[in-house]
Amino acid sequence: MSDPQNSEIRGLLDREYAYGFVTDVDEDRIPAGLDEDVVRLISRKKDEPQWLLDWRLKAFNRFLQMLDEETEPTWAKVDYPAIDYQAISYYSAPKPKAELESLGEVDPELLRTYEKLGIPISEQKRLSGVAVDAVFDSVSVATTYKEELEKQGIIFCSFSEAVQRCPEIIQKYLGSVVPYSDNFFATLNSAVFSDGSFAYIPKGVRCPMELSTYFRINAAGTGQFERTLLIADEGSYVSYLEGCTAPMRDENQLHAAVVELVALDDAEIKYSTVQNWYPGDKDGVGGIYNFVTKRGACRGRRSKISWTQVETGSAITWKYPSCILQGDDSVGAFYSVAMTNHRQQADTGTKMLHIGKNTRSTIVSKGISAGHGEQSYRGLVRIGRGAENARNHSQCDSLLLGDRAGAHTFPYLETLNPSAIVEHEATTSKIGEDQLFYCMQRGLSEEDAVSLIVNGFCKEVLRELPMEFAVEAQNLLGLSLEGSVG
Amino acid sequence: MAKGATKTPILELRDVHAEAGGTEILAGLSLRVGAGEVHAVMGPNGSGKSTLANVLAGRPSVHVTEGEVLFDGQDLTALSPEERAREGIFLAFQYPVEIPGVANMVFLKTAANALRKHRGEPELDAMDFLALLRDKAKLVDMDDKLMQRAVNEGFSGGEKKRNEILQMAILEPRLAVLDETDSGLDIDALRSVADGVNSLRNADRSMLVITHYQRLLDHIEPDHVHVLAGGRIVRSGGKELALELEERGYGWIENTTAQEARPG
Repeated sequence: MSDPQNSEIRGLLDREYAYGFVTDVDEDRIPAGLDEDVVRLISRKKDEPQWLLDWRLKAFNRFLQMLDEETEPTWAKVDYPAIDYQAISYYSAPKPKAELESLGEVDPELLRTYEKLGIPISEQKRLSGVAVDAVFDSVSVATTYKEELEKQGIIFCSFSEAVQRCPEIIQKYLGSVVPYSDNFFATLNSAVFSDGSFAYIPKGVRCPMELSTYFRINAAGTGQFERTLLIADEGSYVSYLEGCTAPMRDENQLHAAVVELVALDDAEIKYSTVQNWYPGDKDGVGGIYNFVTKRGACRGRRSKISWTQVETGSAITWKYPSCILQGDDSVGAFYSVAMTNHRQQADTGTKMLHIGKNTRSTIVSKGISAGHGEQSYRGLVRIGRGAENARNHSQCDSLLLGDRAGAHTFPYLETLNPSAIVEHEATTSKIGEDQLFYCMQRGLSEEDAVSLIVNGFCKEVLRELPMEFAVEAQNLLGLSLEGSVG
Repeated sequence: MAKGATKTPILELRDVHAEAGGTEILAGLSLRVGAGEVHAVMGPNGSGKSTLANVLAGRPSVHVTEGEVLFDGQDLTALSPEERAREGIFLAFQYPVEIPGVANMVFLKTAANALRKHRGEPELDAMDFLALLRDKAKLVDMDDKLMQRAVNEGFSGGEKKRNEILQMAILEPRLAVLDETDSGLDIDALRSVADGVNSLRNADRSMLVITHYQRLLDHIEPDHVHVLAGGRIVRSGGKELALELEERGYGWIENTTAQEARPG
């Protein structure tokens, strides 16, 4: 008890990463390196149509240009040694076991893995009320509740399967929100993406269960480049969740994903993420580089897209889930909790691009920084010329634990329409000794006291999460309290 | 045997010295509190009243450098603040702390269950707790709306102090330390807080009422009164001591103590 600020940090942060195990499976793996043949090989493995290969190749050529021009983004407040893109294997899939009876059968080793992760995918044990697409390294290994969802016309499957089943939808929407030339990491992804999830919610359908994807990196020396595409047709609703974990390794592994969302007239998409990639050890060795492009287009009138993220993992996070508010009266929201400790670095935030009339956006960002963690909120609110009566409210709060952590806020604001109302609030605070002592005097342990205070700090964001994830998020944040969210 | 030590003491301080920020504040304080007794500790500003409260509750910035602090015969200084709370020591804070985003009810339930768990009792579920809370809130005349609000956030001075007494009612301590609970209260709030405290008096619960002014003791009648000056108890007596002090001021005590301290 000599130094509560430090001992509480130790208690909270020295907790073992619970998902750091490795699954022993044979891999079908493309050797490290990146050239046109690798792109063609990935496309061939997926039995893709020519137009998709062409799209990949355009992206690949653009990526080569970007490498030449050294346009890897450096503006973020994160620091890492140069990545050798030739040292990464761009495809690794668990080999199907010969003894499996049917094609639909999943390797028991993989079933055990997901069970261990708390996401059972076998018929008998699958979670109720949540359909799960399980992505293991470069491929989707199982999707639950597919048939049940199909009865309502909902398509929920791996991206690769969607390319075969409904190529016309993919061709129409792929790259329509995040073009292949969008940015360095999105362009790399467009060339080499291997799998991901796809969902289409037909007109007027309210998706009866949570859709979710669980991303697992297992193989060493690989990157994960998945692509998710969700289309909510007119008047439909879907809530989608994603979770991510990876083994503990000394190497840094690259995860460069792209997520595209499209909401048509009166459609609503709630997209939630609980990101718990391996963060590296306390000295900053190992961990995932999470360089992700996520963007949603509110194309239709009165459409809504909300991003909710709880970011506790990854060595480095570079991620700005954004909304293009194109349809009149469309609504965008971004709710974020990011936690960095030890040597973790996060540069995260959002972009709200107001194009349509009467568009509204809300940004709530909560950053918790401990140890030597470095964290930045970076957000752009842009009110276009035609965005009459656009509204934005941004609130960015940072909570520091200890005196070696950093918190920074970089709000960018561009207003081209004088009728806009844009508000930005920001605060930085520390967990006070007084708060801790007050809680402990009432019988709470130091760890529970920190959890309670952090939980309170994040409350506005945590209450946006679906119930299933709220619990996981609380645990991740070291919050063991029951019933305190909501 | 000195007055106030007729029963087995639940709390005993023997020649306690304590410092905070490198300055010695308690300088040989001795005190015995028996089970079910209410003791008032009065003293001028800077005499060490709040430090005494913090020594008992275990605030990390206050260190006992000499002497013994015994609670139920065990060494209190060996226990962490939460262990002391679980053993039944409750401090009603002079300045209750705000905890943004944490509903008052959630905080109270968490605390109540931490103590129940320690005592090996089953934890209360939301419904049972709500019933308990409603029942206890009546004692301090506390508005239901304050249960849903964040802990102490935006509470008036009176609401904060009522909230402290409500916590005491729920946590049912064996020793309650009230640190200047009367400060910042108007007469109506003072009365309802005092009524709450009085309703919690019983044969198994001791109280240490720390105050600068006599007026709180008009409402909470103490069994014993001690005067603290220069980090020591310089005078002890019955409730009439408080009245005398009110009449003659702290200067009286400081002068007489100085004389007593003179050699010869």
